This record gives sequence, C-alpha cells and structure tokens, in this order.
Amino acid sequence: MDLLSRYRNVTVLALVIFAQLILLGYQVKSNQDIRLIRVWAVTAVTPIAKLIDTVRGGTVDSLGRYVNLHNLADENQQLSKDVGRLKLENQYLKSELRSADRAVALGAFQARDPSKTLPARVIGLSTSASSRVVFIDRGSLGGVMRGMAVITPDGIVGKVIAAYPTASQVLLLTDPTFAAGVISQKHRVRGTLVGLGQTSKCMVEYIQNEEKVDAGEWFYTTGDDGVFPKGLPVGTVASAQPGQQDQMVYLAPSGLQGGLEEVLVILEGVHQPIPEGQAPGSTVHLQTPAPDETAPTEPGAPTMSTDADRMRQRYQRIGAAENHTFGQGLPGSKPPDFNLDPDAAAAKARAAATPSAAPAATAKPTATTTKPAPAGVPAQ
Amino acid sequence: MSRDRDLSDQILIGSARERGVARFRRWGLIAVPLLAILFQVYVPRYYESLRYLELPLLVTVYFALMRRSQIAGIFIGAGIGLVQDSLSPQPIGVFGLDLTLVGYFAASVGMRIDVEHVLIRFVLAFTLFVFHQSFYWALARAFLGQRVLFDLQHTAILGLLNAAVGISLYHFLDKLKE
Repeated sequence: MDLLSRYRNVTVLALVIFAQLILLGYQVKSNQDIRLIRVWAVTAVTPIAKLIDTVRGGTVDSLGRYVNLHNLADENQQLSKDVGRLKLENQYLKSELRSADRAVALGAFQARDPSKTLPARVIGLSTSASSRVVFIDRGSLGGVMRGMAVITPDGIVGKVIAAYPTASQVLLLTDPTFAAGVISQKHRVRGTLVGLGQTSKCMVEYIQNEEKVDAGEWFYTTGDDGVFPKGLPVGTVASAQPGQQDQMVYLAPSGLQGGLEEVLVILEGVHQPIPEGQAPGSTVHLQTPAPDETAPTEPGAPTMSTDADRMRQRYQRIGAAENHTFGQGLPGSKPPDFNLDPDAAAAKARAAATPSAAPAATAKPTATTTKPAPAGVPAQ
Repeated sequence: MSRDRDLSDQILIGSARERGVARFRRWGLIAVPLLAILFQVYVPRYYESLRYLELPLLVTVYFALMRRSQIAGIFIGAGIGLVQDSLSPQPIGVFGLDLTLVGYFAASVGMRIDVEHVLIRFVLAFTLFVFHQSFYWALARAFLGQRVLFDLQHTAILGLLNAAVGISLYHFLDKLKE
C-alpha cells in the first residue's frame, strides 16, 4: 500500500493505459465498436456543426452584402473601389452559381439514376489527420444505414461506416482502409480499388502486369463488393506502370473532383451495365426535336423527302387529276391510270378552263398538304 | 560559464512561487479542448491545409504543463483523446492512449522546468508532436494493422509548424488563467 502511494502517479498512468488497452483490444479482437460513446459524441457535436455551418453561411452572406453596400456608397467617387466591389461580387455570384449548379446536377442525376438515393450535405471531417472520413447531415432517422454507398453525379465517394440518428460517418475512397471492386471500361480488367490517404489519388490492386490498362481509361464499380451497385464511375487512370508482382495503377477519383459539398446516399442500389466507349458525365449533344408533322407546310416547300413519300405524293396527284378517291373503288371497277403524267394532266385541265392561260408546260402543281400516313401504313 | 548558469536559472524552476499550479476558469477547461476538437473536425473542411494542425494535442500539452500534476495530465490527455477517438473512424482508445502519455510527459516536464519560457514551450510542443505521431503510427500498425505512412522529415516540418502555432495559442490561453 505504501508502495502504491509512493508511486501513485505511475500507478494511475498504468491503470489508465491498461484500461484503454483492454478497451482497444476488445474492439480489435471482437471487431465490435463501442457504439454508445460514439453516439453520444456525434449527437452532441452535430447540432454545433450545423450551427457553425449556418453561422459561416450567414457571415459570408452578410460580409458580401456589407462589402456591396459599402462600395455602392463610394461608387461615383472611387472607381477603383468600384472595380474591387464588382470583383468581389463576381466571385460571390460565381460561388453561388456553382452551388446552384451542383444542386441542379445532383437533382437531375437523382431523377435519372435508377437507384433510390437520399441527398445529404457534408458537415465535417474526422479528427484523425491520416484518415479520410467525413460527416454527412443524414443519419439513421433518414434511413441511412452502415454499409450504404455514397456517390455524386461524377462518381463514387465512399461508404457509410457508421450511422447515427442525425448524422453519418462516410469513409472516403481515398482512405487507406477503403476497398471496392472495380473494372476498366475498355479492356474489362478487374481489380480492387484502395485508398492511399491522398486526396487526388487512389490505387487499383491485383492487376497483373500482362493485362492492358491505358492512361485515361475509365474504371467502374463491379457490384461484387456488396456496397456499390455495378456501373458507377470511379475515376480515370492517372498512370499505370508494371510492378514486381502486379501493375501499379493509379486512379484520379472522379467523385471527389471539384470539392465535396453535396452527396447522394444510395438507399436501394440498382445495378447498371458498364457503358461502352463513352466517358461518364461527358457532354452529349442532343439533336433538336423534329418539327411537328401535323403543322401545315408552306406552298411550294418540299413536304416529302424519301422516295416512298414522293411516290405517294405522285399517286395522290394522279388520283386528283382523274377525280379518283383512293379506297372507294369497288372490286372490278376501273383503276386509275398510274402511267398518267399528273403535271401534264393538271396543265391540260387548266388550259381547258382558261384558254388565255400560260402554256401547260410551264404550269406547276400546287403542293399538297395532306398529312403523311404513319410508318407501316400503305398509301391508298 | 555564468551565461550557461543564467540560462539554466531561467529554465529550471528555482522557487516555490514558480512551482505554483496555474488555475484556470472552469469553463475554459471544458470549452478550450472542445473548441480544439471542433476546430479539427470542421475547419479543415474549408481550409484543407489546416488538417495537419493538431490543436487537441497542443491543448493537452498546455493544460498538462500548466497544471504541473502528472495525474491531472493523465486525465486531461485521456479525456481529450477519447473524445477525439469517438469522432474518428478508428477504435476508441488510440488517441486516448497517445494523449494520455503526452499529458503525463508534459506534466512531468512541467514539474521540473519553467514552462512559461517561450523556447521551452516551442521545444516541448515540437517534441511531443513528433512523439504523438510516432506513437500513433506504431499503434496503428501494431494494433490495427493499418498501412499508415510515417515520413520523419514531413513529421518534423509539421512539428515545427504546430509548435509555432502552439506558441501563439499558449500566449492566448495564458489569459484564461485566474
């Protein structure tokens, strides 16, 4: 007892260290987390995080307004300050526009993506400098569960490693402990994506030296890992070099480019095919819609374009010249003369009606404005 | 020779007055570590370069130094470390163990030398930062089996930067003393 009181400080140190080692050993051995402590900590910190985010947004907004108003007062006298104000305003608006664009892109992606997703906002990072983990503002109350995939319209971002009531922890694909199954778009080479702890780079492991991987080639998720649905873009190959056993393939992750503000949590994933040849997110030119075929065309304008259309038009003019209505002739009745030149017949008819008219050879038929038959329906 | 003695007199604690324990406002003891952890969680989101600023470590070092009690240092370090652990993806106890030792060592040093001296604070902050990084690396590799990289040169540079920030921070925290 005397010995303990004499070495009281060291004894306390040993006890605290021992207790934490037991705690740590239990978690590592049983692969279970001390969830209660984390739930308390995260639930206590999340409202402060939201408050900080709101205050920051409000401060930036107020500062922008203040700068604008302050410069407006001096606008007539101090041109240089005016230029500064406009620059600041421009930057602020650009930032707002980028933010709006991101929201629109996210909404559009969410609408067209077959998976059921939940939009979320990044509100914080992990306390560990070596790990790449972020907090998002959606938790188990919003349906988020551990193991769900997190993406942006540009590509995968990471996976949920812990879901708390009001927030979730997302392990980014750049974290050293992250892994996902990936496949290359062009050569269909499979590998395992792992993080390197760097923001701009990941690595694809287990690709043999004999397999072909091109720089700039896209990698997609395979859907084998049970987290990400198949067919989501991962990133492009930054470099691929032969290694001792496997190739050293480094990827530039596409989902983290341009910052990480808003993300989508995949609540129910739907596997999709790997697109052929076309890079994801690339600009696609959309042809303008065809004009309304029911609208009347201008006289003289060419209404038909194909051979079949021209033939149909000719038959209609022949029918008109011979006063024949297609579809009304009974069986055995005289069919129209299809060898008749409709132009000559029309000119002859006009000459008979008005003898002083111009020669028949110069007369032009009026263009018909009948609605063309739908495809597959023969002309009568 | 006498110059060396002057320097040692400046650094080593020579009187009971200097051995006195610094007392802080109660809210400061809770709010400062909490703010340091919140800083590490939220500020690097907007300023990526501040990710490497280990404010919880610097705060642990400061309070342990100023309390001049090894037991207080142990509990301050363990408390801050465990909260830091609970907001990180790794098992709870990694930062706890790390900062417990940091708190103990800082308090041990604080009992022997004049921790008001700027140079001493700088050297201590630097040394304990390097110790913190090395111990974390060892724990992550040995216990968690993680492939955490350790670059001594990089760590030394970060240590210098953290120590420089620590000096300014400690100057500010001195004002919280009663």
